[in-house]
Amino acid sequence: MPKPLIGLAAGVALLAALPLAVPFMTFVVTLAVAKGFAALGVALLLRAGLISLGHAMYFAIGAYTTAFLMQKTGITDFAILVAASIIVATLAGLAFGAFLVRYRAIFFAMLNLAVSMVIYALCSKLYGVTGGTDGLRVGVPTVFAWVPEKAAFDTFLLYATLGLMLVLGWLGHRYLKSPLGHALAAVHTNEVRLEYLGVSAWSTLLTAYGISAGLAGLGGALSAMAIGHVLPEFAFWTESGHLVLTAVLGGVGGVAGPFIGSIFLELVHVVAVGVAAEAWNLIIGVALICVIFFLPRGLFGLIEGRRGKTGGTDL
Amino acid sequence: MLQTVAPLLMDALANAALIFFVAFGLTLTFSVLRILNVAHGSFYSIGAYVAASAGLFIVGAGLNPWLTYPSLILSAAAVAALFGPLVEKTLVRWTYGRGEAVQILMTFGLFLILEDLQRMVFGVNSLYEDTPMALLGITEIGGVVYLNYQILLIALAALTLVGLRIFIRHTRTGRLLHVVVADREVSEAMGIDTGRMFTLAFTLGVFLAALGGALATPTTGVAPGLGAETMVLAFAVAAIGGLGQVEGAALAAVIVAAARVLAIYFAPELDAVAPYLVMLVVLLVRPYGLFGKAAVRRI
Amino acid sequence: MSSQATSAAPLLQASGLEISFGGVKAADGVNLTVHEGEFVAIIGPNGSGKTTFLNICTGYLKPSRGQVFLAGRDITQLPPRSIARQGIARAFQIPQLFTDHSLIDNLMLSIAARHGIWQALSPLDRPEYRAEAMEILELLGLAAHADTLTGTLPEGLRKLADITLAFALDPRLLVLDEPTSGVSSIERFQIMETLMKAMRSRKLSALFVEHDMDVVERYADRVVVWNAGHVMAEGRPAEVMQDPRVLESVVGVA
Repeated sequence: MPKPLIGLAAGVALLAALPLAVPFMTFVVTLAVAKGFAALGVALLLRAGLISLGHAMYFAIGAYTTAFLMQKTGITDFAILVAASIIVATLAGLAFGAFLVRYRAIFFAMLNLAVSMVIYALCSKLYGVTGGTDGLRVGVPTVFAWVPEKAAFDTFLLYATLGLMLVLGWLGHRYLKSPLGHALAAVHTNEVRLEYLGVSAWSTLLTAYGISAGLAGLGGALSAMAIGHVLPEFAFWTESGHLVLTAVLGGVGGVAGPFIGSIFLELVHVVAVGVAAEAWNLIIGVALICVIFFLPRGLFGLIEGRRGKTGGTDL
Repeated sequence: MLQTVAPLLMDALANAALIFFVAFGLTLTFSVLRILNVAHGSFYSIGAYVAASAGLFIVGAGLNPWLTYPSLILSAAAVAALFGPLVEKTLVRWTYGRGEAVQILMTFGLFLILEDLQRMVFGVNSLYEDTPMALLGITEIGGVVYLNYQILLIALAALTLVGLRIFIRHTRTGRLLHVVVADREVSEAMGIDTGRMFTLAFTLGVFLAALGGALATPTTGVAPGLGAETMVLAFAVAAIGGLGQVEGAALAAVIVAAARVLAIYFAPELDAVAPYLVMLVVLLVRPYGLFGKAAVRRI
Repeated sequence: MSSQATSAAPLLQASGLEISFGGVKAADGVNLTVHEGEFVAIIGPNGSGKTTFLNICTGYLKPSRGQVFLAGRDITQLPPRSIARQGIARAFQIPQLFTDHSLIDNLMLSIAARHGIWQALSPLDRPEYRAEAMEILELLGLAAHADTLTGTLPEGLRKLADITLAFALDPRLLVLDEPTSGVSSIERFQIMETLMKAMRSRKLSALFVEHDMDVVERYADRVVVWNAGHVMAEGRPAEVMQDPRVLESVVGVA
């Protein structure tokens, strides 16, 4: 078995086993992986050199879709909720993206921010649909015919999330290695040449943008189920900043990076809450700056070692 | 109608004046250094905290209450002197010539650090010190009551706009700045110390943000989270005007203020969304802002 | 009937092109034709609008008046990506490469673009793309650099690497913007020899901007002399070079 696969198997086994030893880790790991999906979405765009300061909106859209469907329509099935959240977030992503991916650099970052702030404000103001600033409560979903207790569902959710991580991670890996994935990185290095090869940068980016929105929506749906509550703050711009931070901390070179970044952050958070709760932002702010200075390829780059000449992975 | 709208409009314009200071600082930093400073809003809130603390001290010590006026300006200057050169020389300078992603992330890291530092130094309670506003009193015109302090804010914003024009056109340093903005490579070839210009512009940007925050304390006070909120508003205003366009920022601040008045009057629930909706509409029609221009690539 | 019209039409035909930048006419009623199998060179002083003309033919700029036809089809208003798909490939004066990718990845991406970029789950690096890419690299003498990041290629090779990307599109017409600029005069003829051999073996037609008279005389079937936004003279290189007006404006009075 090749080395990366052994590492992957060991990592996933550890994540699956940790909650058996420490029960409250169920929540921590589920949330970490759920946010990892959103960070992966952000990482896809970073490969194209685009930094979104608004992706928390798709996370929120996914979370609110799940909460809304459960509260207002009585749909409680896990699979339907997850699928609906991904679809709604992807459609929103394609709709906004059609306009947003025409922009580059700072303008792309700022416009995503602006759209996300509109979504944030709507989440806080539309009491009838979103519950306003109180948000919406999320009950315990059902799984096909099974109506689980909260604790049993949480365990199911953990393993379902880990399963999704493996499946979507594999698909994401294939995507990055495909012509379309390489075209995405090519937008970053030379958009003019790409157009002269007959490839539309706009469609290449919109595809990636739709996928990234869908991934963030999935993360939002899973987080809503794990937390049991959704809030407008999910869409606030600082959350978007955190997603970018997570992706960069883990590394945007491969699909594993954002998940590693997210799990690392959540685990450190667990420790820090006990020791220095006041200084959490300070710690990750310093960590982020250190990563930018010393580890341009993120934690994943550290694990991967200095073998790469394939390029396209640094910031 | 007038009785209702006039005070709202005054409120909105005074608000626009405050946001103008921040957006002006942001746009100035961008035009000289070509970076988007995500931590810019933090300097606004730090300015507000320092000014409020100074004001509370002056009043508490029983000093002459008019001293709160110079203390507003001095607070902003102190924040700029402390953070401007330090941040520019250690963090920001390192990102020149790198991708936007690095610049945004670096300043986002700084934003996170400053958020916690503010909480540690100033606590989590809101501070409020309205002596400067109380001292100036009110004016009544046609049965409508106006706060004189708000009129002062609007006048100060206008003065700052004119003052900067004079600074750029008629002082040596100002003209050097102008050359650096127009063509960085040429200015380096001419032997201009661009590093010094960058420090100066960044510090000036921090000062303007902190000044906005300081001037805001008598009317609105300061509480945790102010920096993050101000940041996005300043973004919106700077983007509407066209990044790097000072007059654009001024016009955009007024447009945003007007939009908020309309929202409060006709659809109160849209108040908070108004600036971003205006931003989206403007950028749909003019992608690089009202006064902005797109760069064309030569191949 | 239409196929007959197409086969009779020249490969590239520009007629009555006009464009100006801030009052300066970079193209002022330009007519130019390239036939199947021809190597046509454009020469002219700097700033006379040669690159602008290439930009119009490849869709980067839209003329204010006039049309461009590719094998009888009007391509004037098409964007570069559509024109590339119709069969015009371009190499640039300043090499345009994917600098974070290896040379062979650059080529495979170009090949994939030709076959259809919309493949999201099958790998870019597959045997048939790799074989085709190596073939092109060998044709242009770059096989030894296949795994080099194009961002780290030496200056002289970057130009050739840029041309290989155009080759990989398997075009009907190759448009080259100063293929030998920035190259020493000794290397210049080596590059041109390699290039000509490669183009002949692929039966390509080419339109190229060139400022080196010796290169033009030796390799062009026909030369078009450009001056201040219009065509001043055209014909076989040996004839055109005798024209005193050409000597004065392009070669310098020497």
